[in-house]
Amino acid sequence: MSLRTRLGNVFRRQQVADEIDEELQSHLDQAIEAGRDPLEAKRALGSALRLREESLDTKLASWLDSLRSDAAFGLRLLRKNRVASAAAILSLALTIGTSTAAFRLIDAILLRPLPVAHPERLHLLTYQFTDQNGKKRAGDSFDYPLFRQLRSAVAGQADLFAISNAGRVDLTYGSDQEMEPAFRQYVSGWTFSALGLQPSLGRLLTAEDDRQPGAHPVAVLSHDYWTRRLGGDPKVIGRTFRQGNNLYEIVGVGPAGFTGTQPGTITDIFVPTMMNAGFIGNSNWGWIRVWVQLRPEASAETVRQQLAAGVKQQRLEKVKTWAGTSPKEIDDYLNANVELPAAASGASGIEREYRKALLILGALAALLLLIACANVANLMLAQAAARAQEMALRVSIGAGRVRLVQLVLMESALMALAATVLGALFAWWSAPFVVSLLNPPDNPVRLLLPTDWRFLAFELVLTAAVVFLFGLVPALRASGVQPIDAMRGGGDPHGRRLMNGLVLAQVAFCFLIHFVAGLFVTTFDRLSHQPLGFSAERLLALEVVSKGKPPAAVWAELADRMRSVPGVQRVSPSEWALMGGNAWVIDVRMPGLTTSDGWRVYLLSVAPGWLETMGIALRSGRDLRSTDNPETTALVNEAFAKRYFAQESPVGKTFERQVNKGKMVQITVAGVVADALYEDPRVGIRPTIYMPFETADGPEGARDRATFMVKTASPDPLALAGALRHQVQQTGFGLRVSSIDTQQQIVDDCTTRERFLALLSRFFAGVALLLAGVGLYGVLNYSVLQRRREIGIRMALGAQPAHVAWKVTAEVAAMLVVGSGVGLAAGIGSERYLETLLYAVKATDWAIIATPVATLLVAAILAALPPLWHAIRVDPARVLRAE
Amino acid sequence: MMPKPDSLQGSLDLLVLKILSRRPRLHGYALMTAIQEISEDVLRVEEGSLYPALHRMEEAGWVQADWVIKENGRRARIYELTAEGRQRLAVEQSRWEAVSGAVNRVLRMA
Repeated sequence: MSLRTRLGNVFRRQQVADEIDEELQSHLDQAIEAGRDPLEAKRALGSALRLREESLDTKLASWLDSLRSDAAFGLRLLRKNRVASAAAILSLALTIGTSTAAFRLIDAILLRPLPVAHPERLHLLTYQFTDQNGKKRAGDSFDYPLFRQLRSAVAGQADLFAISNAGRVDLTYGSDQEMEPAFRQYVSGWTFSALGLQPSLGRLLTAEDDRQPGAHPVAVLSHDYWTRRLGGDPKVIGRTFRQGNNLYEIVGVGPAGFTGTQPGTITDIFVPTMMNAGFIGNSNWGWIRVWVQLRPEASAETVRQQLAAGVKQQRLEKVKTWAGTSPKEIDDYLNANVELPAAASGASGIEREYRKALLILGALAALLLLIACANVANLMLAQAAARAQEMALRVSIGAGRVRLVQLVLMESALMALAATVLGALFAWWSAPFVVSLLNPPDNPVRLLLPTDWRFLAFELVLTAAVVFLFGLVPALRASGVQPIDAMRGGGDPHGRRLMNGLVLAQVAFCFLIHFVAGLFVTTFDRLSHQPLGFSAERLLALEVVSKGKPPAAVWAELADRMRSVPGVQRVSPSEWALMGGNAWVIDVRMPGLTTSDGWRVYLLSVAPGWLETMGIALRSGRDLRSTDNPETTALVNEAFAKRYFAQESPVGKTFERQVNKGKMVQITVAGVVADALYEDPRVGIRPTIYMPFETADGPEGARDRATFMVKTASPDPLALAGALRHQVQQTGFGLRVSSIDTQQQIVDDCTTRERFLALLSRFFAGVALLLAGVGLYGVLNYSVLQRRREIGIRMALGAQPAHVAWKVTAEVAAMLVVGSGVGLAAGIGSERYLETLLYAVKATDWAIIATPVATLLVAAILAALPPLWHAIRVDPARVLRAE
Repeated sequence: MMPKPDSLQGSLDLLVLKILSRRPRLHGYALMTAIQEISEDVLRVEEGSLYPALHRMEEAGWVQADWVIKENGRRARIYELTAEGRQRLAVEQSRWEAVSGAVNRVLRMA
């Protein structure tokens, strides 16, 4: 009989048993037919029941059969302790779900290899640089001429391809009025074949599509975009869309599942790098990532050295034209480390910015799961103690230890299984919700979160781990029962020690979660309550772009039109909105000083009246005027005045600015204004100058975009969006709105990551507190129940309730203190790792330490009250009578 | 209670296999009576151990079982030898002959 039949027989146990009975009956019939005495024949055959069991054992896979009966028994027990089981399953489900959701995010952004032929051979070229805060960071944007050089330098050892950031652009399949956003990525034509990708429709880009700047208006759609936006239209090949000044022809659709190389963004449209024509020959614009796919026999280190040499060679050329840069800066630039990290899972800003945050959330989720496991383990331990008599009975009638462990583990497994199913549902629902927290609605992080074997494997491993974490110890304890002790009755001191240990771990984990959450919440709090220096209230930032470069009068006319909209109070054009992520940094200096003493300052061009629209106070001097020479007039902020003019008033004084290769311009200070944040609140206030809006000497000369700051009367400035849009269309000159945001939204977006961490860690802290509180309650309650007899005797001998209460809680209180100490030590130890995510907060701040202590204390008192009440209400007479 | 003459260890399997090799498709009761008749009532199968033995051999793959309808309309479970059982029989038989031969030699020589 094969194992399969035996496994099968387990589930048709009754039928197998019936067949055995029938065979034995037919034997008896024969015997009687042969003239034997029925009774004698029956006796000769022996006990039918014993025979059947003996035969059944050979016909069934007996371990599986015992599993089945254990499962049935476990279910019965779970149903019997309905409330406790439901609480255990729910808390496990919540924490398993949280862990799984965290895993899905971490997997999608950090781990999952790109669906290409050889993800293990993919590397990304990076270089080290020092950011404005003086921190070393890795950069990965390169210019195209350098890419060309590098590509030929390592030809034969590695395939290089250039991929730009997936940027949001506006495009249209019809008229200009039907512009819609899409994520467009420039890629080298040979990228797809190098990655071994196949089209799902039409063809992919080839090297032939990427030869002459501006000459290849062809596009490949991502499979996701094709199905989402175009409904999977099979006739899409040959259709055209207009983006910028190009009319692109769609030549193919990419493979399903490939969403670009940038986790967090789903690329909609791939076009050849040559279509970014203005930047192909420009070595001052870093706009591509350099992807390196090693040939099988190539060594990563050799390739890295060659690439590093190429980078340095170009930089040596570049610094020759630099003026006004200190020797140290030049030195750092030339000797920057060039690295070639593996990038099997892709590379993106999201990945870079959130890597640490996600890993920390994953760790917090794991701690949460451990707390829940400890709870359930305690519950099981308590049940094991309650079942000591049953176990003792099982041992005395000959059940083996393994069999008993299996019996108890089965119950754990059932709980874990139910919790995993619920948890998977929770994760399935919550992961996309968490993703939606990552970014504002108009520039959302988009991820494919497939429910595939990776997800299932994680769930299975997690379930198994959970079963062993909370099931094994109680199972071993329950099965290790000595019949004689159990029958004699009385407490089990080892069990309580184990439970106390689990409480200690819970308290430590809970404290740690609260501590870390406190750091994140305070960081977010400090960042979001930093004085902005301007008023974001009722303020709208309207970014307008034009097709060509209209004369300055057109922008002025548009401002006037907007002012005519009812509900609009003030309109002021400017280069861009403050804190929107754009920054224009220039070098200025005092006249006569050498270039190495240059100051690096922020510059923003604004129209007269902008100060008032923004609510920025004028400290001295005057505002800009339309009659000012746009090249030579500036406002400076207080930080600038303090830094470079010390005690004197800078109004009327001059400084120098270099424009166009060495030509110096004298700039006169017209006024001093209050400080306002220009960039990220973490960067803080920096010296800043404001120059007239007409100064249009940006990278490309005349202005083709402007941001209109609109102060409205209504508290909901977005209500005017439609009317303002209409004015932009009416103005003509190909002007259109590129984005409309409230200034408040722009400010909030600066702290997205901090809000994300604060929100989720606060949620974790809440759940941790609840779980730990329930755990504490459970253990105290159990200990009171167990010690009823002792308490009763003490009370009968005249012990005071306070004394009894102390007796009952002393152990747990000690665990609370020790656990908090451990948690605190772990928290302070973890600060070094968290540092980059924190702002203006230290792990040793007393408020950071006091908050979790106080919270835990209150929770502990609340959890302890009901059991204490029970303890001091123990009626000695009744307890002793019951004995 | 008299000691039973069939208590030679392991011989039940051999007997069952041998009989099935001569007369296939017997049910349990017929197997028992066959052993009794052929041994001229010397060997009596303990009825209680016959069925567990049959089921064990079935599980080991030496015999296979089938339900048939008898003349009286009742179902009976009949057994026959598999190829594996035939090999097993040869092994068991030679082992038995080796053992009984050895015992005989001892009896003669001692």
